[in-house]
Amino acid sequence: MKSEFTPPIGKISHLKGKCISLIGNDIDTDRIIPARFLKCVNFDSLGESVFEDDRKTLKGSHPFDLEENKNASILIVNSNFGCGSSREHAPQALMRWGIKAIVGESFADIFYSNCIAIGIPCFTLPKKSIEEIQNYCDNKFLFLEIDLKNSLAKSKDLSLNLEIKESSRKMFLSGEWDATSTLLENGNLIENKFYQLPYIKFNTHFS
Amino acid sequence: MSQDTLFDKVWDLHKVSSLPGGSDQIFIGLHLIHEVTSPQAFGALKDKNLKVKFPERTVATVDHIVPTDNQSRPFKDNLAEQMIETLEKNCLEHKIRFFNIGSGNQGIVHVVAPELGLTQPGMTIACGDSHTSTHGAFGSIAFGIGTSQVRDVLATQTIAMNKLKVRQIWCDNKLSKGVYAKDLVLHIINELGVKAGVGFAYEFAGPAIDDLSMEERMTICNMSIEGGARCGYINPDEKTFIYIKNKLCAPKNEHWDKALTWWKSLKSNENSIYDDVIKLDASKIEPTVTWGITPGQSISINQQIPLLDDLSPNDKLVAKEAYEYMSFKPGQLIKNTPVDVCFIGSCTNGRISDLRVAAEVLKDKKISKNVKAFVVPGSEKVATEAKQEGIDKVFKDSGFQWREPGCSMCLAMNSDKLIGNQVSASSSNRNFKGRQGSPSGRTLLMSPAMVAAAAINGKVSDVREFIN
Repeated sequence: MKSEFTPPIGKISHLKGKCISLIGNDIDTDRIIPARFLKCVNFDSLGESVFEDDRKTLKGSHPFDLEENKNASILIVNSNFGCGSSREHAPQALMRWGIKAIVGESFADIFYSNCIAIGIPCFTLPKKSIEEIQNYCDNKFLFLEIDLKNSLAKSKDLSLNLEIKESSRKMFLSGEWDATSTLLENGNLIENKFYQLPYIKFNTHFS
Repeated sequence: MSQDTLFDKVWDLHKVSSLPGGSDQIFIGLHLIHEVTSPQAFGALKDKNLKVKFPERTVATVDHIVPTDNQSRPFKDNLAEQMIETLEKNCLEHKIRFFNIGSGNQGIVHVVAPELGLTQPGMTIACGDSHTSTHGAFGSIAFGIGTSQVRDVLATQTIAMNKLKVRQIWCDNKLSKGVYAKDLVLHIINELGVKAGVGFAYEFAGPAIDDLSMEERMTICNMSIEGGARCGYINPDEKTFIYIKNKLCAPKNEHWDKALTWWKSLKSNENSIYDDVIKLDASKIEPTVTWGITPGQSISINQQIPLLDDLSPNDKLVAKEAYEYMSFKPGQLIKNTPVDVCFIGSCTNGRISDLRVAAEVLKDKKISKNVKAFVVPGSEKVATEAKQEGIDKVFKDSGFQWREPGCSMCLAMNSDKLIGNQVSASSSNRNFKGRQGSPSGRTLLMSPAMVAAAAINGKVSDVREFIN
């Protein structure tokens, strides 16, 4: 858990940091942040509770508890990471712990959109490459420098072509991942659409 | 790329603009909110000095944190009380309609909106809850969103989203007696896997789907997300229209006829093109129970827990984790597994028809002394209807506790929780590690009828032995 938290803002084109590997398929958002921590009206204190139950079960040997992972910021995961509940509390908890980007085999849809909406780029790589990185992380520190413009990740020994949805990549480069202002710019189009929808006229209860 | 499916028509109709980068700006026709995922969104509006753009298109209720034993205010749990107060304040300040406890219309958001006739074909529906896919049962395009997107819907009534691909899941024939919508959807998730739906909307179709009631169809669409699809839907038909007609918020008088004509025009048809089509035979499905830690890890009641060698390489890792967490041995039968807790409720199976089916099994019987069993109606309306039919009495006479409406032990945000490594037979939707409130609690998902059978025998049982 980092002492100071500053949320990302504006354009995101380069990221660098130490990797932390978390092995397992179908790691759901209940595991990332158990439901009891959702009893809150802000996200501020979620970082310390990330993976709370898994960490307690492993009594100090969970990757998020290991001393060597203390300042890690790039999370390496396997397939279908973040499945289950739509709780944005999950990526918020990861972000507040210190995670700035995630590289995995695949991500659940809602988790992925939540990450994009709060400024955490999620990249994919084939299963084999992920396993190689995870093996590497077992033995040595892996520092990656990620260049979003070219979807490249580099370390001393490795060079990886990352995959990211083109729409997400462009949003990070332009800073439009924080979508509200972009959406608001189309105020007139939104009003027009509202009046075009057939059900607006026959849903008389909506007033 | 899909063409002319209901999904394509509804998506295109709601598209406001193409955003730089390739995603679409989509208008949200109905926005549902609850106490857990909305406070931070209202907070963000305040920080950005924004108003709610169309307050009349957002409807609120309270469900996740409500206690089911004593609902008098203030709640005993201070944090829960703070959450409901925050929702009350936000709704009042932004003029959002709120169905509070005691209104007669409070309940699980995905039970309440259809009951009120808010859920209608052809709408886009979003809610900060992954089970929003439930509303697809009416031929709406409905999906869960996170809190930042809740903020965007409040501020703009739109979200940025990539268009989904469409997979049709064609279900031939009919379900056999003692086999329910829950069994069908668990079977589908098992067949396709828990991540097959990523990037897809699922269109459920075929004779077996046509044969289902609206409430059963909601069970199917509800669990699309457990198969990875954030959106699942069924084309509207006469059953859909009959269900909606005369509901509080249904179109009335001359509007009804216009609505009907429009709704009928939305259906996928013989010209529709899908990105993928899967076919299965519904008549072959048997009562189904999960044995693991994902909703995809299920077997028929008479099957053995799979051996590692029988699983695909991709499924082995999670299977190993599941054997250990669930304390099951590969090859063991699921039938006769002792259960400690039986839970009937949730947005998957907490509707009146679910309670009726379970009550039919429980009638004139007593539950096992070794089991704690409770039923949580999906809404105040469900509770009232059940009482009128005497269903509450059937449950109570059998030894079940009758509770007040809410999400309850589906996700255990209130005081309804498993203790230690208890095993629950649950009509809910997720068997994730720790899901039902204890970090070592174990969940077996099944239909409400199967939960009732398990409660009577104190162990996993075949409900077909209880019905004629």
